[in-house]
Amino acid sequence: MNLFKIAWSNLKVRPLNTFLSVILLAFGVGIISLLLLVEKQISEQFNRNIKDIDMVLGYKGSPLQLILANVYHVDAPTGNIKVRDADKIVRSPLIKKAIPLAYGDNYEKYRIVGTTFDYPRHYGIELADGHSFEKPFQAVLGANVAKETGLKLGDTFTSAHGLDQAEGEIDDGHSHDTPYRVVGIYARSGTAIDNLILTPVESVWRIHDHSAEEEHSEEGHDHAHDHDHELPPIDPMEQEMTAYLLIKRSPMAQIMLPSMIRDTDLQLAVPAIEVNRLSQDFGVGMNTMKAIAILIMLLSFISVFVSLYNSLKERKYELALMRTMGGRARKLFMLLLLEGVLLSVIGFVCGLALSRIGLIWLSGQLKESFHYSLDEMGLERGELMLFAVTLGVGIVASLLPALRAFRMDISKTLSNG
Amino acid sequence: MLVTRNLEFSYPNGPTFRFPDINCQERSRMLVIGESGKGKTTFLHLIAGILKPVSGEVEIAGRRTSVMTGGELDRFRGENIGIVFQTAHFVESLSVLDNLILPHYLTGRRIDRGYAKQVLTRLGLGDKGNRTPTSLSTGEQQRAAIARAMMNHPAVILADEPTSALDDKHAREVIALLEEEAANTGAALLIVTHDNRLKEFYANRVEL
Repeated sequence: MNLFKIAWSNLKVRPLNTFLSVILLAFGVGIISLLLLVEKQISEQFNRNIKDIDMVLGYKGSPLQLILANVYHVDAPTGNIKVRDADKIVRSPLIKKAIPLAYGDNYEKYRIVGTTFDYPRHYGIELADGHSFEKPFQAVLGANVAKETGLKLGDTFTSAHGLDQAEGEIDDGHSHDTPYRVVGIYARSGTAIDNLILTPVESVWRIHDHSAEEEHSEEGHDHAHDHDHELPPIDPMEQEMTAYLLIKRSPMAQIMLPSMIRDTDLQLAVPAIEVNRLSQDFGVGMNTMKAIAILIMLLSFISVFVSLYNSLKERKYELALMRTMGGRARKLFMLLLLEGVLLSVIGFVCGLALSRIGLIWLSGQLKESFHYSLDEMGLERGELMLFAVTLGVGIVASLLPALRAFRMDISKTLSNG
Repeated sequence: MLVTRNLEFSYPNGPTFRFPDINCQERSRMLVIGESGKGKTTFLHLIAGILKPVSGEVEIAGRRTSVMTGGELDRFRGENIGIVFQTAHFVESLSVLDNLILPHYLTGRRIDRGYAKQVLTRLGLGDKGNRTPTSLSTGEQQRAAIARAMMNHPAVILADEPTSALDDKHAREVIALLEEEAANTGAALLIVTHDNRLKEFYANRVEL
């Protein structure tokens, strides 16, 4: 027998009241905690992917789209640009590093991106297995791609055209396209590369430039070699890129470079600015959700209060009885407070469970459409604050009933019972 | 064991009650009888320390309760006085057995479930310990309430109208039970009632 047991029994004996309070608390806590988790993980994903990329050079169009397509790999690219046109920006002394990205096709909806070794190195991504791509048609898989497609080192596959059509299939030896060979698999990094297949830029050029390939194939020169057959050389200047990720050398880059592309088909977009704009739009939705959650918390506060207050009215005689059996007023005060605290703790735990379920569901949705997942289920620091607030709701709501129990006139209560 | 001296009480804007002095020895029985409005319940509450007298004093087991305050009084009451009310009330969320050990818990004693079971068995409720109080019949509830009053081996048992709602047969049973339990625990028994049927059982009585 202890105070906890009495409090718990009192909650159990009024299941409907308790259920209502707990469910309101759980929804309030659940929504807020889900928002905290999503907000944190999205901003982490955003920042991880931006990682020191100062500008993105690509075909003109929506700057946000350019960023989404080339930094996060979730939107369609704005278009391709000529290597020749981009060259003067890319080679500018104001630029420290330019990482080329050439969108190829896809394999089972995972995008194949032609790039250089700089791309994974920029994010500090390590190989989990195999080695990096060195020659055309060698491919290194992002961690998610390897997991979801089941491709292993040494496997070959052919790509499907476009970005999203899942036409690609494991090479059965009859395909006319040149197959890619898996030479490496990256470790999971939490960046967009987890969901990409990386290959040298040249692979993408060759797939898309059959005429060039045929033209040069008769010359049969010596530059690039695959295991099976020799590939003819191609002139990079005549080829196309989807975008370049730029890391500037000097702050002047942001001022000087835009003027260099004024009358071209190129555009420069700054990821930080676009993401900021995006999260402001997000923010409106987030704030609406927060307001709703706070309203629900307020309702649960009222519910806990009414529930305890009503139960106090029913239990007045019981409490007076406990006083006659030696129970101190202080103990009864604590008993009622404990009931409020118990309600909030249960509500909080249920709320956390709800938010995790919500996150798993949301993650499933995101994975389907963007290959993004939100999978950090751990306790968020903001949730500790939330716990304190929930506890506060329980304590404050039970304070008045507890005070009434503390100050109760036992004689009068017993006489009227 | 139980002594009152010059007890006076008045309700705000209400009548003032003056109560006769009583002196109740260990293991003795006493009947306080009076009509409605004579302040029977007030007298009982004064003795139990639930009300504070305007003047006069109460002494139980050699200690003056009228000078005790707050938690000290609550504790003393729990340890030395067992109260049986006219209608039996319980903490309804707890089982009968848990209700019985509540006086142990509330006075901070070691919780003795064995003793609670023993008392329940003695009162013919041995198989009702795990039931909820509301599932018992009225008679069973009254016996369970008497059992609870005995849990802390009180020096004094106060019974407030224990028989007024009962027919002759049941009234006699309850009185016999109270007598028996008071004898078992060595307590003084004070019954406060307007039930004239009880007069014949008690030579030692005070009229209000």
